[in-house]
Amino acid sequence: MCELNIWGGVGGAELRGKRSVSPPPAKYGGRHTVTLIPGDGIGPELLNHVRELFRFCCVPVDFEVVTVDSSVVSEDEINNAVTAIRRNGVALKGNIETNHNLPPSHKSRNNLLRTSLDLYANVMHCQTLPGVQTRHKDIDIIIIRENTEGEYSSLEHENVPGVVESLKIITRVNSLRIAEYAFKLAREKGRRRVTAVHKANIMKLGDGLFLQCCKEVAAGYPDIAFDNMIVDNTTMQLVSKPQQFDVMVMPNLYGNVVSNVCAGLVGGPGLVPGANYGKNYAVFETATRNTGKSIANKNVANPTATLLASCLMLDHLGLVDYASMIRKAIFKTLSETRLHTADIGGLATTSEVVQSIMREVQKTGPLTSEYI
Amino acid sequence: MAGNAWRSTVSRVMGAVKSQTQPRTFSRGMQTVTIIPGDGIGPEISSAVIKIFEAAKVPIQWEERNVTAIKGPGGKWMIPPEAKESMDKSKIGLKGPLKTPIAAGHPSMNLLLRKTFDLYANVRPCVSIEGYKTPYTDVDLVTIRENTEGEYSGIEHVIVDGVVQSIKLITEDASRRIAEYAFEYARNNQRASVTAVHKANIMRMSDGLFLRKCREVAENFKDVKFTEMYLDTVCLNMVQDPTKFDVLVMPNLYGDILSDLCAGLIGGLGVTPSGNIGANGVAIFESVHGTAPDIAGKDMANPTALLLSAVMMLRHMGLHGHAKKIETACFDTIRDKKVLTKDLGGNSKCSEFTAEICRRVQDME
Repeated sequence: MCELNIWGGVGGAELRGKRSVSPPPAKYGGRHTVTLIPGDGIGPELLNHVRELFRFCCVPVDFEVVTVDSSVVSEDEINNAVTAIRRNGVALKGNIETNHNLPPSHKSRNNLLRTSLDLYANVMHCQTLPGVQTRHKDIDIIIIRENTEGEYSSLEHENVPGVVESLKIITRVNSLRIAEYAFKLAREKGRRRVTAVHKANIMKLGDGLFLQCCKEVAAGYPDIAFDNMIVDNTTMQLVSKPQQFDVMVMPNLYGNVVSNVCAGLVGGPGLVPGANYGKNYAVFETATRNTGKSIANKNVANPTATLLASCLMLDHLGLVDYASMIRKAIFKTLSETRLHTADIGGLATTSEVVQSIMREVQKTGPLTSEYI
Repeated sequence: MAGNAWRSTVSRVMGAVKSQTQPRTFSRGMQTVTIIPGDGIGPEISSAVIKIFEAAKVPIQWEERNVTAIKGPGGKWMIPPEAKESMDKSKIGLKGPLKTPIAAGHPSMNLLLRKTFDLYANVRPCVSIEGYKTPYTDVDLVTIRENTEGEYSGIEHVIVDGVVQSIKLITEDASRRIAEYAFEYARNNQRASVTAVHKANIMRMSDGLFLRKCREVAENFKDVKFTEMYLDTVCLNMVQDPTKFDVLVMPNLYGDILSDLCAGLIGGLGVTPSGNIGANGVAIFESVHGTAPDIAGKDMANPTALLLSAVMMLRHMGLHGHAKKIETACFDTIRDKKVLTKDLGGNSKCSEFTAEICRRVQDME
């Protein structure tokens, strides 16, 4: 089974060659099988582009498509998806919409997926991309967010009418686990500093426990500096001087806030890929998990985040060469302003961007198919 | 008409929330305001504000009070009775930064004040300051944060060794109260829309309740546009285009994070005003930065945050003319860039900065 697989990212070339000892689970005849969950909004169209691109580049990956209908009350569909991911080990997904006007018994499908598969680490790498206009430059932050507990425990009750209690759970086991993951990743990537984000001055027991676990783990990594910052100060620092941050680790809700702030700083939700890692499974999606309902099926969505997420997936499967080939093509296209989609200030359509990426791949690599 | 009856009920319940307030204590046309200088740079910036108000001939007489915690009968920590009496009489307060001792045995002073006067709404208007450059220009929004419950209820338990639960409390009454305040504020300050910030997709019942109350209150304020947005979407859009937002209302934790995020957009806590509205018409305006013990007593402090909070206070009291005068003088001084304190990029003293603003105010007469 794959433990903490190498994550390529930009400049992953130097980490090539480091492979896990046992082969990934669903590899038949040299081809990997990956679960694909289209989701809602812009998910289906962007994931179709991923399939198109993979076919064109002759990537040895077959997709097993599992649809999850967000409007259905029964949890069978999401359970089927979970079973498929258990079988294949890896998934690529779009965001499944949650209608928050439905009764509380109808839980968020995305959340159910994450907790069932125990995908405890959400990793997001935010970096300033060439060609994209932003207010801040030279941002390079890795955000590691605890993905299963905290405020997202979905434990709520109404004891007295008009008074609702929502429980935020922090456990020692999960806090140690995520801190261990953060430091290991920091070391692998040659990062200097890990910052824990918390609100322990107010939530003394809960966030206090999280902070203490981080400190304990930090003691075992003397080569990496460790400090901590309160979440409101963190957001203030992020909008004024984001260059000071290196690796950040935090509980679930603060992770939500900080990752969205950072995604906004580097250019928006259409550019940043995200990955959810567990002990045995990995699910890849866009970092900010937006459904993009208002721009669905209009051919204007930015495919960059989804395509980069698929590259992360290829790295995870060990197909590092394909990953860097596609990634190079994506960045080349991104540096051309006339091929920017609306969200980053351009006029190009999704298909124009994807076509351009395919042309780039054709120019640089030998591995393309004649038929699309 | 039903509309008018509703309005007078709201006024009775919420006290002097509207800007056209009748000043409470009259003594020869002067209104009394309790001033709490605070610690560290507190006394310097408080005297700077008093000086500027004198130069602008504002009809206010100050009553200075100290709020160091004392143990009352029964062993409960409370603020000194003179301070409480003064606030109850004057209803308006201006507060400098208070230091929170780490192991003093008593809760933070801010928490004590909040509990004593039931300060349920924290209001922070964030407006870009011309002359103090940040990557964000044209920011003009207001964050209204519920200040009594939510994630900061302080209820935590250790279930078993290694498992901690923190309780986030959302009640109907508090949610309705803050929503009503937000809409009243929007109406009184000619703001076009109110956005409720929540995470009801995950915290279905708690944020769901908050959202429901906001929707109900919105029905009575049809002249103000009401929208709702997820917390993560707000964060994402705020750092890309803050001009999209107007008035934001939210529960405690999101409010804490977002209000500091917005303060960061305009230049930090050293230039951000803040006001706390309580039940029974009490309102305390404060600067939210720290006590800065390293520059205390050296005439280096920047009084802008406390000054802008005092301007907010004047508007709350209905003294719009004086408020505009002082605010303009302050912004003009910063825009001119000739006399600025160290944190704003200059090297003038606090007294020089204050004198410059006083001069401008007097020139405007």
